[in-house]
Amino acid sequence: MWDNEMITMLVDGTWDTLYMTLMSTLFGYILGLPMGILLAVTDKEGIRPNVFVYKILDFIANLVRSIPFLILLILVIPVTKAIVGQSYGPSATVVPLVIAAAPFIARMVESSLKEVDQGVIEAAMSMGAGTASIIWKVLLAEARTSLLVGVTIAIGTILGYSAMAGVVGGGGLGDIAIRYGYYRYQTDVMIVTIVILVALVQLLQGLGMMLSKKLDKRRA
Amino acid sequence: MEPIIKVEHLRKVFQTTAGEVAAADDISFSIEKGDIYGIIGLSGAGKSTLVRCLNLLERPSSGRVFVGNQNLPDLPEKELRRVRRKIGMIFQHFNLLMQRTVLDNVCFPMEISGVKKKEARKKAMEFLKTVGLEEKAKSYPAQLSGGQKQRVAIARVLASDPEILLCDEATSALDPQTTKSILALLKEINQKYGITIVVITHEMSVIQEICRHVAVLDQGKLAESGTVEELFHSPKTEAARKLILNAGSQIQQMRGKRLIRITFSGQSSFQPVIGNAVLLYKTPLNIMYADTKDINGKAEGEMILQLPEDKITADKMIAYFRQEKLGVEELENVG
Repeated sequence: MWDNEMITMLVDGTWDTLYMTLMSTLFGYILGLPMGILLAVTDKEGIRPNVFVYKILDFIANLVRSIPFLILLILVIPVTKAIVGQSYGPSATVVPLVIAAAPFIARMVESSLKEVDQGVIEAAMSMGAGTASIIWKVLLAEARTSLLVGVTIAIGTILGYSAMAGVVGGGGLGDIAIRYGYYRYQTDVMIVTIVILVALVQLLQGLGMMLSKKLDKRRA
Repeated sequence: MEPIIKVEHLRKVFQTTAGEVAAADDISFSIEKGDIYGIIGLSGAGKSTLVRCLNLLERPSSGRVFVGNQNLPDLPEKELRRVRRKIGMIFQHFNLLMQRTVLDNVCFPMEISGVKKKEARKKAMEFLKTVGLEEKAKSYPAQLSGGQKQRVAIARVLASDPEILLCDEATSALDPQTTKSILALLKEINQKYGITIVVITHEMSVIQEICRHVAVLDQGKLAESGTVEELFHSPKTEAARKLILNAGSQIQQMRGKRLIRITFSGQSSFQPVIGNAVLLYKTPLNIMYADTKDINGKAEGEMILQLPEDKITADKMIAYFRQEKLGVEELENVG
């Protein structure tokens, strides 16, 4: 059974998984990063406290994160159809993945930015820095190591979620594992997909940690 | 001379669970251009709040804070940011950007004010030279010692070409030797660039080392203010006396009947006053502590004496010391 067809399928599956994961992480950050910055900045301890904005974003983040991903996947099918044109396949899976990942990413960004030393922010303010300068040059720059660790965690989590999308025909390795391993009792195929998934996570995790360490200048 | 900073009836109230706390309570004082002005107080006296009201990192609850002729609380946000560029600040924990090199840290304020990168780097190198750290330009703050970090912070402040420099416990995290060298550097930039310096500290030795004028804060209130010499020779308030005695840490532990602290400056040390007193009243005196301090380049001395038991003789001795123009204070409850 380990014919060319099977190998091509696994290679394509791996590719689809990577595609879904990276696209979802990218779009997740396009939404989640500004949201996380807003959360950190408008918090009552932030540089521009705004209870109203904070409460709204806080509520959205908690709301989305409290819906189990499998249910969200089905719940947003109309949205997916409107954006991608179909509700199955890797591109369609990106939509619910982004919706699930963005608030999660926002929370990680928020906590990374809140780790930045208040004293450094105060020093920047004393130099006459405005809100935008402080966000770009102080918060994001000083928190870069922590933010990169966040990206690594996000990629790992999204990769896991993407496999779940296999249940509704999402494509990728998760899809293969469910179709062959679960519906057709081909345990060996399932094991191979798991091995590839594990290897992918290890690889991405390792890369992310290496990069964040290299960029960290806080230790002598 | 015209004051560069004028504070009028400043009040800052914080809401706490225990009710309102006034960290600054009806404080008024002014600082002349080019001065090195000390603000001293024990922890919790309201020093940090007060200094943050000078550049509006804390917004006063009421009162006026004039820098030049502008009342800061009246300024719109944008204008305030421009004024802040003229008021540098250094901190106890240095507050450098840890992910930037030393050179880029010094460039930071110039980035904010829109100086071209090339020009900023050139200027930054000059300021690093001023603080003696040009060969550390490519290092990161984590690779520096505390004293070096504070030097970088000072170079960073110079980069914004300030008229005023606020120092918030800038030497409190440093050892005595490094403290001395940082204070010398501050003195140098005061003279070289004519920058008015405001020094916040809990250590009288720092005040005596570089300040010309001083204000004593006690529980949010301004206890007294004047020249450093005045405070050394004749502190008027209990708060000031405590801070002065804290400076000689041995004095705190001294107990006994009728202790007095006498102070004398250069000229009066020519007279053997203590010896004369002993000869005159034929009663021995116990010298518990003696020290001379360099205050603004003048030698100032202080001594703690234990007077004789006999009240009449002791009173006579005090009168004699006063007549000889020494500063005399009775220390009732030291420590």
